[in-house]
Amino acid sequence: MEAHVAHHGPPAAHASSRVNREVLGMFLFIASEVMVFGSFFAMYFFIRVVNGVPWPTPPFHLPVYVAGINTLILVTSSFTMHWSLQSIKKGNRAGMKAGLVLTVLMGLTFLLTQLMEYSRIGFAPHNGAFGSVFYSLTGLHGAHVLVGLTILTCMTIRAFRGHFSPEHHNGVEIAGIYWHFVDVMWIIVYTTVYIL
Amino acid sequence: MRNPLRSEAEAFRFVIITLAAFAAIAIATALGGWIAGTLVFLLVTVIVFMSYYRQPGEEPVRQTPAAHSPDEYRLLVIANETVAGRELFDTIVRLTRDHDATVLVVAPALVDRTHAWTSDVDPARAAAQGRLDVSLANLAAAGIEATGEVGDGDPLVAFGDAYRTFGPDEAVISTHTPEHSGWLEQGVVEKARERFDVPITHVVVESVTA
Repeated sequence: MEAHVAHHGPPAAHASSRVNREVLGMFLFIASEVMVFGSFFAMYFFIRVVNGVPWPTPPFHLPVYVAGINTLILVTSSFTMHWSLQSIKKGNRAGMKAGLVLTVLMGLTFLLTQLMEYSRIGFAPHNGAFGSVFYSLTGLHGAHVLVGLTILTCMTIRAFRGHFSPEHHNGVEIAGIYWHFVDVMWIIVYTTVYIL
Repeated sequence: MRNPLRSEAEAFRFVIITLAAFAAIAIATALGGWIAGTLVFLLVTVIVFMSYYRQPGEEPVRQTPAAHSPDEYRLLVIANETVAGRELFDTIVRLTRDHDATVLVVAPALVDRTHAWTSDVDPARAAAQGRLDVSLANLAAAGIEATGEVGDGDPLVAFGDAYRTFGPDEAVISTHTPEHSGWLEQGVVEKARERFDVPITHVVVESVTA
């Protein structure tokens, strides 16, 4: 009788889903983010390909090598993020904490390096379409890194407070998915804006 | 299709793939100009898309039905064009005769893709409702308490919807013969048995006389 009462009304919304609610929420969030980035890339291609704006517009130069090192740092942070999650899955709490701390530190390094790059690059967003697009794309990505760092910092604090176990580590998993997404977007931004 | 962001591990793999793909694009552009870069981009995109598309998706979660009073026997029937078939009617009578039974008949609306995409589903739902009415009338005449509804066009989705709200003790899926059944070609019965934690009887209806 109790069971009958307990199941009155509609079933739990996620009952038939193959993905848990938190991960599904992150998918939807990432899907919206892809659209945001898509609109910014549309602007980039319109300016550069359709309008034929020189890239970079003389006399400006892009710091390809510094940004390359920064790319290396961000890609490496994906490895430490992956290591962190694999560690907690195996019950290695120290590995999880170390992985999270390293990921946060590398993300922070990336962000600070980008800010330094802005201060020394020699052009501003109002210096033509090239400047606007450059700051828009890299700034949009930088904002995502900041969001990712905030999430990762929260997860790191939780990890040091004893949260997460081999069975329950959804917070790290979801933060990891987002961080890898940020990494993927940077690889695309770096290649299109700095290299090509 | 496999979701490239299904888990952190999958997302990490996607980072590596993206890195390799864009490195190839950059090298091609440096060596052969933007045309070579574009060609490599298109090639890599197709390869990666096909690779993910061909990988099997996630296994469905095996579901358990909603609970109901233990004295009650609930039978779920999934049928469309065969909903008024003689074999199905006989099976329902046989399964319910020794129980205080409640029967829910679900007739998935048979909507093809073109009509589904254009939201032109009303004729298909009306046709399903017509067949359902005949079946319910036959069951009522036999003294069986039955309700009915037109379900989603995908029989497995229709099954799942009814399964969670109705909580059947047993289910029946009615189809045409293997030579004429689209549902059997899609493996609907096997997939339902994998997905739903309930005994499922498969009834083949040779011919329908409304």
